[in-house]
Amino acid sequence: MIFIVLLVFVMLVAAISACIFSDLLSAVIACCIVSLIAAILFFLLQAPDVAMAEASIGAALVTAIFVIAIRRTKREE
Amino acid sequence: MRRIIGLILLIIIALGFGLSLTEIPFAVPKTKVGRYYIDKGIDQTGAVNIVTSVVLNYRGFDTLGEVTVLFIAATGLGAILATVKKKPGREFVPSSLVLSTGCRSLFPFILLFAAYIFLHGHLTPGGGFQGGAIIASAFLLVYLGCRERRVKERSIKAIESSAGLIFVIIGFLGLAVSGYFLFNFLPRGIPNTLLSAGIIPIIYIAIGFKVGSELTGIIDGLIEESE
Repeated sequence: MIFIVLLVFVMLVAAISACIFSDLLSAVIACCIVSLIAAILFFLLQAPDVAMAEASIGAALVTAIFVIAIRRTKREE
Repeated sequence: MRRIIGLILLIIIALGFGLSLTEIPFAVPKTKVGRYYIDKGIDQTGAVNIVTSVVLNYRGFDTLGEVTVLFIAATGLGAILATVKKKPGREFVPSSLVLSTGCRSLFPFILLFAAYIFLHGHLTPGGGFQGGAIIASAFLLVYLGCRERRVKERSIKAIESSAGLIFVIIGFLGLAVSGYFLFNFLPRGIPNTLLSAGIIPIIYIAIGFKVGSELTGIIDGLIEESE
């Protein structure tokens, strides 16, 4: 139970920081953390099918596509 | 003035959501159809994994629509990327021996895992979509690790179209045999064995190949464009 609460807390922190970060790359990594913890939570809530889809698409492919897209943009501080 | 109106609207929406959420009982089955699938799913479809029996048998037509949506998205991305002028091939520094060897030796194992997931879609959690996404991530690893390796665009297109065609042909075969689109016309076999559940494994193999080639095509197009 404490483990789930901790996971949800980390997920919330990552989600809020994804909105706050001005650096796009850090925001994408924060989104990746949200997806990864969502996958773990899906697994703990006994939905392994959804967990696999979330881990492979949400955490791996979407992050890669965002990083490729961000590489094309200019970085401004 | 506009801010106050916006705030009032926000409070009304939040109150509405909050009140309706308190009305919904949590973790109580709200529909009777779920219990029906759990009780009769294995007998009627032969698939031990109830999620698969719902996705491919009871709601098979929806899955065909889902696959079509993914196909249209991939085609649209391809159409957008095709308008961008291709730059002459740039020289890039080859990756180090350790990195490229590691990626190349991990690649077949990831593909094997993906094949396991969509072949056992009717027995264990997972299925065509998950397996296809894992195939695409294997290709992503190779694209990032050994940058000179590329997949032929024509073979991606060929695999994608033939896998989609197999799905539709099986649907029409069901229509011809029994009068229902996507009817499970093959024998259901003994549950919990690899060769069971009729058409479900065949369709899941087709979906696995289709989703894998589509997502690989998307990654291929994006990486090629960004170089």
